[in-house]
Amino acid sequence: MTTTARGVDARGRAQVGARNLRTDRWWLPPAATTVGLLIFLVYGGARAFQQQYFFADERYLTPFYSPCVSLGCASEPGSAHFGMFLPDHPLIPYAALSLPFLLGFRLTCYYYRKAYYRSFWLAPAACAVPEPHAAYTGETRFPLILQNSHRYFFYVAVIVSLVNTYDAIVAFRHPTDGFVVGVGNLVLLVNVALLWCYTVSCHSCRHVMGGRLTHFSKHPVRYWLWTKISALNTRHMLFAWITLGTLILTDLYVMLVARGTITDLRLIG
Amino acid sequence: MSYTGRFRVWRGHAGGGALADFEVEVNEGEVVLDVIHRLQATQAPDLAVRWNCKAGKCGSCSAEINGQPRLLCMTRMSVFTPDEVVTVTPMRTFPVIRDLVTDVSYNYAKAREIPSFTPPIDLAPGEFRMSQADVQRSQEFRKCIECFLCQDTCHVVRDHEENKAVFAGPRFLMRVAELEMHPLDVSDRVAGVQDQHGLGRCNITKCCTEVCPEGIKITDNALIPMKERVADQRYDPLVWLGRTISRRPR
Repeated sequence: MTTTARGVDARGRAQVGARNLRTDRWWLPPAATTVGLLIFLVYGGARAFQQQYFFADERYLTPFYSPCVSLGCASEPGSAHFGMFLPDHPLIPYAALSLPFLLGFRLTCYYYRKAYYRSFWLAPAACAVPEPHAAYTGETRFPLILQNSHRYFFYVAVIVSLVNTYDAIVAFRHPTDGFVVGVGNLVLLVNVALLWCYTVSCHSCRHVMGGRLTHFSKHPVRYWLWTKISALNTRHMLFAWITLGTLILTDLYVMLVARGTITDLRLIG
Repeated sequence: MSYTGRFRVWRGHAGGGALADFEVEVNEGEVVLDVIHRLQATQAPDLAVRWNCKAGKCGSCSAEINGQPRLLCMTRMSVFTPDEVVTVTPMRTFPVIRDLVTDVSYNYAKAREIPSFTPPIDLAPGEFRMSQADVQRSQEFRKCIECFLCQDTCHVVRDHEENKAVFAGPRFLMRVAELEMHPLDVSDRVAGVQDQHGLGRCNITKCCTEVCPEGIKITDNALIPMKERVADQRYDPLVWLGRTISRRPR
């Protein structure tokens, strides 16, 4: 089969003369996805390796540095809630214990897979728009067969969400002022709530909670959990994007307070 | 309101063809199939088009309208502006027979490859008892009208003819899911869905869900759950260990 006789031009199919007849702006969603994901990757990468301005007002720890387990965390007393044991090196993020797993969780996420297969790999860029690749094996071979490890990243993401929740709770206690509530507390709380929404609306979570069952009627608790997670799961894409935004905004807020660019408004205490 | 609409309709057969231009009357409330029928009645009596119920339930009039897989009978003319040229072609994943009619036998071949419903051998017809909660998931997939628009839009076979031999397509992967989730089906379909029906080739880009005229969440409710079941069986040592210890087959 020649290169020109691939796909919709294959022999026997209607010879239309155009590979794609869509008249709408089908290129817009993949283009917007590319821009959105690149913004997050560049910002997140830059902040993860900056190793500065990650702890503000002696209580706000940005999620990009949680848990702070590097020896470098000693520069901000109180930021390391779980000990310091990783070497302080410019190429090792202070949260090297969680960031690779969180990246893996998002990379293998069923929604993000759709997003980057469409926007980066163009397979396909949009429905009924021909993809540029001569051959296609999907997720049957290395490395894409590793997408099947998503559930393990989910398990770790649950632990990291618990750590983020702990960070948000201990942020209510100031070392000298005691119990205080600032705008930063609300920012951390909203962020962690949305992170939970994204994490538990995951397709693997839906499967683990009850999706793998054949007889729901024999497992009423798991069936109830499955129905609730299924309802959240319909908004998984929404949470995927919202949490990218809230992660950036939360980190930005902590960074700006830590730099002294803005002052955290105290609501109580 | 009536106006003269501009249409480009593919005319031809497996040996060749081209888009033919038409100007045809369009009336308020009509769908694309109405206009195609008017073309047949007034300008192109030999135009071939497959249709039946004209209500979005028989799945016969699948085609591509402005490049998007759609049912001719469920696409309202009101979604187009009067000055817009509407292009209608046959489904471009299947061999064309003539004009807008394609040979969809690939789908029937794939349907035959799926082992049928397998109830427990000690259960006679008439003795089937199921809880609604248990069959609810499968019932969503029973809404399928077999229009094959999902098969048409799936890039695994649309862009790669060679994959047709090893990939059943979303409609039939959904059929396997329907049986796998059925409370009285005792056949293990997980290995087959990966090895024989090619689930691993699906990269969950959701075009099948986007074009489904019945609104079935094919990707989220059928394909991804099946991928997770495959992961249970093939790629999850913890599940394997748990099942080995408890000696639970499923």
